Amino acid sequence: MEILNYAFMQRALLAAVLVGITAPAVGIYLVQRRQALMGDGIGHVAMTGVGLGFLLSWSPVWMATLISVLGAVLMELIRWYGKTRGDIALAMLFYGGMAGGVMFINLAPTGSNANLTSYLFGSLSTVSESDVTAICLLAAFVVVVTLGLRRQLFAVSQDEEFARVTGLPVRALNLLTAVTAAVTVTVAMRVVGLLLVSALMVVPVAAAQQLTRSFAATFAVAVAIGVSVTIGGTVTSYYQDVPPGATIVLLTIGAFVLLTALAAPLARRRARAVTAAQAAGDPAECKIPASRGATDEVGV
Amino acid sequence: MSDETVISLRGVRAELGSRPVLRGIDLTVRGGEVVALLGANGSGKSTAVRTVIGQVPVTAGKVELFGTPRHRFRDWARVGYVPQRTTAAGGVPATVTEIVSSGRLSRARFGVLRKADHEAVRRALDLVGMADRAKDSVNALSGGQHQRVLIARALAAEPELLIMDEPMAGVDLASQEVLAQTLRKQVAAGTTVLLVLHELGPLEPLIDRAVVLRDGCVTHDGPPPEAVGQHALPGHDHVHPHAPAGAEPIRTGLLS
Repeated sequence: MEILNYAFMQRALLAAVLVGITAPAVGIYLVQRRQALMGDGIGHVAMTGVGLGFLLSWSPVWMATLISVLGAVLMELIRWYGKTRGDIALAMLFYGGMAGGVMFINLAPTGSNANLTSYLFGSLSTVSESDVTAICLLAAFVVVVTLGLRRQLFAVSQDEEFARVTGLPVRALNLLTAVTAAVTVTVAMRVVGLLLVSALMVVPVAAAQQLTRSFAATFAVAVAIGVSVTIGGTVTSYYQDVPPGATIVLLTIGAFVLLTALAAPLARRRARAVTAAQAAGDPAECKIPASRGATDEVGV
Repeated sequence: MSDETVISLRGVRAELGSRPVLRGIDLTVRGGEVVALLGANGSGKSTAVRTVIGQVPVTAGKVELFGTPRHRFRDWARVGYVPQRTTAAGGVPATVTEIVSSGRLSRARFGVLRKADHEAVRRALDLVGMADRAKDSVNALSGGQHQRVLIARALAAEPELLIMDEPMAGVDLASQEVLAQTLRKQVAAGTTVLLVLHELGPLEPLIDRAVVLRDGCVTHDGPPPEAVGQHALPGHDHVHPHAPAGAEPIRTGLLS
């Protein structure tokens, strides 16, 4: 395992594992509330943060966190108060975020589009020690929220209207979900890149769903897939000299295809078990009654 | 029947978009009563219950729950709500138990479910006859079973007041019978019920009082319209029993 002898690879692998845990852990709630592409939107907004970080010579990771949290809160506010043109407002936020990032980084004395590329598509060799500290702190926040509040977040993501009647602070929980998603985007930014972050939030959850019947199992399997592909992708990218973000995302999609192929026979077996259980009580085939009776509930 | 007023709406007005949906509604539900809210599509019956739970803001008038103004009411464990849904499923698989457990959150501190809470969830599943499907994914259920899961979710908190929005919509006959039985047991135990219904159906014997809405106004508040003989035929117009002679029959569209 010579790979572990290099300090930069140790940092990269640690960051990769944390991304593998946090991205699906937040993503599952976004998928549950059918906002699978929210991570993508936040990724676009975070670009402005990276650009501002270079321009003001602050840490791009912390600046991206700040801007993407603001962007996520704004998106949530648009969802509340948004009337008919909410989608247009979101589109402007996304593209404004992307344009802002390119503009700021070109204005910055130390920045160039080459720097931006490492944030867009991920770059393991440039993960610095202060980046790792930031990633650890942010990942800890994400894990505490997504596991500690899992019942509340599940209820709100499943049925917002019902959650309100159980007395849950629905708006606060929605905002917290948005903020946590934004934080996850910046955790994942150095490893998979801003443009591919959303894939790691959504695809492991979609892959896990092929096998699972419960939310808890989906959560566990999605995180397991996430960790496997981020480690696998990081190691592959070291040995084969390929970009880590793209490798990780392609591996995730590979896992999805594999599990979908595995799921079909599994589902058939389950269906057979159910049929067998029912066959004990039911006649094997439909019978057409010779005549109608009053109990048939057939009326005109 | 106790004298406690459980739900009180006084002169309630509400708008959706800028269209007035409720034009000054009075509605009182007392403890132990079973009240059906009837009316055609668009008459405002769903909006009326959604003002009670705070999902639709009120533009004028007063809403009270258990004698407390709605905006100051915090005791949500006393209220069980069954929203108008055709499915209990979300974007991620979930088991019947997981869905029903979220109904218990109003009684759980910090979202931690204890042994007593898990038992309450189990009892709620028993009540709707879904205990044998507890570990199944809701995606594998029929429409009627989805509705039973949603009702079990509302019952999991052991509420004193049940608010149900069209619980019989899209439910097969077998499930309708199970739901009627479940409701009968709840009513016998003293639960207050406010139901939005499109037609009375198998719940009719349980209902103490029917409130009929039309264009956002209450047009009838009294015993449920009887559905016997010609009344039961589709397309029949409900003739108000105490309307002045010669008044035009009120077309509630209940049966059409």
